[in-house]
Amino acid sequence: MPDKSKIFFLLVIFLVIVTSPFIYNMVRTPAGVVVKLNTPVIDNMTVKQCILPKEQMIHDHMKILNSWRDDVVRGNHREFGKIDGVMYEKSLQLTCLHCHSNKSEFCDRCHTYASVSVYCWDCHVAQKENKL
Amino acid sequence: MKILLPFLGVIGIVLVAFVGVGLLNLQYLFGVIIPYTAFAVFLAGVVLRILKWGRSAVPFCIPTTVGQQKSFPWIKRNRFDNPSNNFEVIVRMALEVLLFRSLFSNTSTALKEDERRLVHQSSKWLWLGGLAFHWSFFIVLLRHFRLFMDPVPASLYLVESMDGFVQLGVPVLYWTGLILLISVTYLFIRRVVITNVRYISLPNDHFPLLLVLFIALTGLIMRYVLKVNVISVKAFTVGLFSLKPNLTQDLGLIFYIHLLLVSVLLAYFPFSKLMHSAGVFLSPTRNMPNNSRRIRHINPWNYPVKVHTYEEYENDFRDKMKTVGLPLEKE
Amino acid sequence: MSNLKPDELSRINYTPPEEDWMAVPVQMRKGMYCHGASENSLTTVGFPNPRKWSSADTDWKLPDNWQEIVLKGMAERLEKYRSFHIFMDICVRCGACADKCHFFLGTGDPKNMPVLRAELLRSVYRREFTTAGKILGKLSGSRQLTEDVLKEWWYYFFQCTECRRCSVFCPYGIDTAEITMIARELLNLLGLNIEWIAGPVANCYMKGNHLGLEPHTITSSIDFLLDEIEEVTGVKIEPTFNRKGAEILFVTPSGDLFADPGTYTCMGYLMLFHQLGLDYTWSTYASEGGNFGSFTSNEMGKRLNSKIYAEAKRLGVKWILGGECGHMWRVLNQYMDTWNGPADFLQVPVSPITGTVFENAASTKMVHISEFTADLLKHNKIEIDPSRNDHYKVTYHDSCNPSRGMGLLEEPRYIIKKVCNNFFEMPENTIREKTFCCGSGSGLNASEDMELRLRGGFPRANAVKHVHDKHGVNMLSCICAIDRAALTTLMDYWVPGVKVIGVTELLANAMKMKGENDRETDLRGEPLSGAQDGEEKEDSEDA
Repeated sequence: MPDKSKIFFLLVIFLVIVTSPFIYNMVRTPAGVVVKLNTPVIDNMTVKQCILPKEQMIHDHMKILNSWRDDVVRGNHREFGKIDGVMYEKSLQLTCLHCHSNKSEFCDRCHTYASVSVYCWDCHVAQKENKL
Repeated sequence: MKILLPFLGVIGIVLVAFVGVGLLNLQYLFGVIIPYTAFAVFLAGVVLRILKWGRSAVPFCIPTTVGQQKSFPWIKRNRFDNPSNNFEVIVRMALEVLLFRSLFSNTSTALKEDERRLVHQSSKWLWLGGLAFHWSFFIVLLRHFRLFMDPVPASLYLVESMDGFVQLGVPVLYWTGLILLISVTYLFIRRVVITNVRYISLPNDHFPLLLVLFIALTGLIMRYVLKVNVISVKAFTVGLFSLKPNLTQDLGLIFYIHLLLVSVLLAYFPFSKLMHSAGVFLSPTRNMPNNSRRIRHINPWNYPVKVHTYEEYENDFRDKMKTVGLPLEKE
Repeated sequence: MSNLKPDELSRINYTPPEEDWMAVPVQMRKGMYCHGASENSLTTVGFPNPRKWSSADTDWKLPDNWQEIVLKGMAERLEKYRSFHIFMDICVRCGACADKCHFFLGTGDPKNMPVLRAELLRSVYRREFTTAGKILGKLSGSRQLTEDVLKEWWYYFFQCTECRRCSVFCPYGIDTAEITMIARELLNLLGLNIEWIAGPVANCYMKGNHLGLEPHTITSSIDFLLDEIEEVTGVKIEPTFNRKGAEILFVTPSGDLFADPGTYTCMGYLMLFHQLGLDYTWSTYASEGGNFGSFTSNEMGKRLNSKIYAEAKRLGVKWILGGECGHMWRVLNQYMDTWNGPADFLQVPVSPITGTVFENAASTKMVHISEFTADLLKHNKIEIDPSRNDHYKVTYHDSCNPSRGMGLLEEPRYIIKKVCNNFFEMPENTIREKTFCCGSGSGLNASEDMELRLRGGFPRANAVKHVHDKHGVNMLSCICAIDRAALTTLMDYWVPGVKVIGVTELLANAMKMKGENDRETDLRGEPLSGAQDGEEKEDSEDA
């Protein structure tokens, strides 16, 4: 091979790039993702349920929050509705974070895991978390 | 036919995934066996092809010179279009590979019928479309690494934050996804609409474009329309990339279609023109310095040839040479 | 000359036919191809399958195992040439090259698009040498090697002048010249050359030059030119031939000795070297700078080229100076040293006049006349009266090979701007590295393929016409022997009133010589217009 070393160099670069996820995961050992639900508020609930079924929340929470934002900011519609006689507001801070007061162990876990950058916190300030 | 067949091929791939996963529940086949096989074929195919090219010799120093050579210090030379050393070659190659410099100088020629005049004008659409396509594809691919690696390396955040800054609904709109879709569509339409380009196109030219088009479409649908559960997807892909396939996740049919299209692209890659991505680095008209008068280039298979020697020549013409008084070796 | 008038010939349709190109068999149109190689020419150099044949016949008298020969030849060359191997694999058919070929622009024949010219070969490569081609068959764009395909190769690979213009625009640098060279090698394995190449090759092999000038004819041709020089300038020149111990060996294409306007350029060399008192010699053995062998096969190119170093060694010169020629310089720049070097018996060229060391030719030890002359002018070693060229309005044609196989762009321009006052560049996209071929390169400058040559030269002529109309340009300068012959025909047809001139002729016109008389005419015997006033003008349009 006339220019063996150059081609070898090219091949090594190619192989490193293409197999980098394998190598990375081997070195770093993926931890997966675990979401914590045991905040004081949730722990005190007798029936542990969210404003909508869990599956729907997982799938649609971003859409729901987005439409809430529009409803509240642009339409001034603040009421989400009553569940078991309790009125819930369309509010990230007053509704969601009321129960899920552990942003770093709830919201951030998944978002960090999948590298989803949310822009909620561009405006909202998360409550100070009690270090448990 | 040249366009219809590749189109049907891509539709066929979609249908296979649809039937295989949606009706026959062959998740393991489509989620694990096929992707791994495709990846292995891709890896081995590309390496073998490059080695095969590498075995071919480079007998002569044949750069295409696209500017002034290096001659005198007082003549301004064109270092990067007519490189005279390896550093300049690297710059030339980098400009070629990263910015498509040759295509940037593209012209289009038209014959003005009335005056029989050829007009050569700069034409940058192909350059722009090609550059947009390749760069957006590259960045989209790079972005996907966030789904391959756990934890996500910090450097990938940078790519993302640069890419996605349009807050149009949720999730954040990535520029590159959109540009990829537009540019691949442009490249396809161009191939169909421009008569001469359609004439030179093979089914093998339409197929990868359509394949990438469908990959981009299914990807965009997953992200913006059907909103697949990205956590499940990542758990699955990280499983694949840790060699611990994990099929417990609910992934959705659209994901399997996307995955099969990508697998086909990977397996198709080494056997197709897509190898231009590696070949461009080995192209002797671009990756050699124009210095063959200064430094002798060696041909590894150079062999002695039969020549007509001066002695034979003089034997043929001795008398005639003598009459006009030319000096002779033998009188 | 073509029966068609320029007005008709330039009516070109660039729209391809409906039918797929593979389904359209080759139609050999008279005027578009050259005569097949004769038995004699092939036998002289020991080429395979010499026979009496005509490309117009149905039966080309191929050997029984011709397919095997071609495929074996391809396999061998895929290993010998990475260029060929890569170029067979990586084309994406983007179409950037399509309208860059002068033959496509002049004919509208889609198979003259560089991409399709290469596909003619690629289609067979895919079927025989790739997995995809074997599995997918026609879907992958592959086809069988049949006699029709072979004839198509012959027709279209002798409709490419190896000018490399397409390679400039290709994003991967795919060079059709390289593909054509390989294709012609394959055709030569079956004795399928054209006589206009095979004849000169045989001549050059036996007699030292393409024209077949024997030693005594060479000296008498030059004697004739010396008389002409004396008539114009009053200066008597006595060059030497085959002289041992000279400092420099001078090699130029034999075309310069034979017919005008090349002979005027040759007179220019003789005058320049005499004026400088250069210690140089001509050779009758290495009396050819050009190399039609390189249009045949790598091996034949090497066989012909070997004479230059052999002669330099025999005569004991220090270095070699090369005249104005296009493909000659592609060969000298990119092949000679590799083929027949190392020239360790020579020295790094140094101009005996200026002392300039030609570092860029340190290994080949061969310098281009324009480099040599530009250096002289830079150091004011020649007295110049540019007004002697005032009757000319000059433009400059970059020859394909020095521009795209070397990068010799500024040296000739520097000379032209020094020696004449009226210089106008043609449009930007038709000069320098984007220059258009004369349409007759790579051995296609025969007379039987005149329509092909006129069509192929159309884009070049069109650009000349532009400056002719706009600035009144009446002289097309160049540094190539084939150009001087071919462009003359081309201009007569497309742009009457424009003549062709070698750069060294322009120089010789303007050069003041020791002991010269009051020149009243130029080398062509045409009266000088600005000899008296000699005013300085800045008409150069160059950016």
